[in-house]
Amino acid sequence: MDKKKLRNDIILILAVLIAALAAWGVIALTQRPGREVLVEIKGSVTASYPLDRDLRIDIVTEDGHVNTLVIEGGRARIEAADCPDKLCVKQRAISKAGESIICLPHKLVIRISGESGVDGTV
Amino acid sequence: MKATQKLTLIGVSIAAAMVLSYVETLIPVPFAVPGIKLGLANTVALFLLFRLDWKAAGLVSLIRVLLSGLLFGNAASLAYSAAGAALSLVVMALLKKTGAFSPVGISVSGAVAHNVGQILMAVVLLGTDQILWWLPALAVSGIVTGLAIGAAGAVLIKKISIPIR
Repeated sequence: MDKKKLRNDIILILAVLIAALAAWGVIALTQRPGREVLVEIKGSVTASYPLDRDLRIDIVTEDGHVNTLVIEGGRARIEAADCPDKLCVKQRAISKAGESIICLPHKLVIRISGESGVDGTV
Repeated sequence: MKATQKLTLIGVSIAAAMVLSYVETLIPVPFAVPGIKLGLANTVALFLLFRLDWKAAGLVSLIRVLLSGLLFGNAASLAYSAAGAALSLVVMALLKKTGAFSPVGISVSGAVAHNVGQILMAVVLLGTDQILWWLPALAVSGIVTGLAIGAAGAVLIKKISIPIR
């Protein structure tokens, strides 16, 4: 491999890496405590629950799929789902404004909204 | 290269890409973020991009995405893969054209572009921009897998030469 290409490769890869890490940093720094848990199905909010009250509820989508949402100790997570990959169950519990758990097969998003009406979508 | 040689090479490439896609479904993904994957089949696209042309690489990617979506996936995973593969191929073909990057650099860009394409498709399908939060994690995973796949692809490109004409 010639030297110029190697140098270009390294510059390219570092640029992408730095951009990703910077975005990560911005996300981490701008996080604020959340207030409400919003349930979005296909992009529209269908329900919201206060984050400070423990709750266990089955969310049923239009086509009959079920995700079990659990709010416990100020953190929300998906405890069970009838999707094949269960990635939403594996995602860690969320508590900060703007954080979300997404279940791709069911087109379901659980997200945390921020304080005083301003929601966490930065 | 004769038309029959080209046809055969593309056929063999599709078969190889399908096998790699299948092997990939056997590898468990230890991460909670969907869309992270090794991208084994990209070795084939990378090889064709360097040894034949972008059209052949695009054709093989298209057929591979369609077939593996039907065989191993579902409508949603097909849509994500198609968007990822399309953006990935465009980026790789353009970077290849500049002549400034090695297969490894191009593979990394292709992997990251694949992840970006997937996310954009997910934004469209889910109607939410929440999913953009995953982009940094996916980009980093794309760099890592892209390096591995690029190294493998570079070996293929070096070892397998195709008689031109």
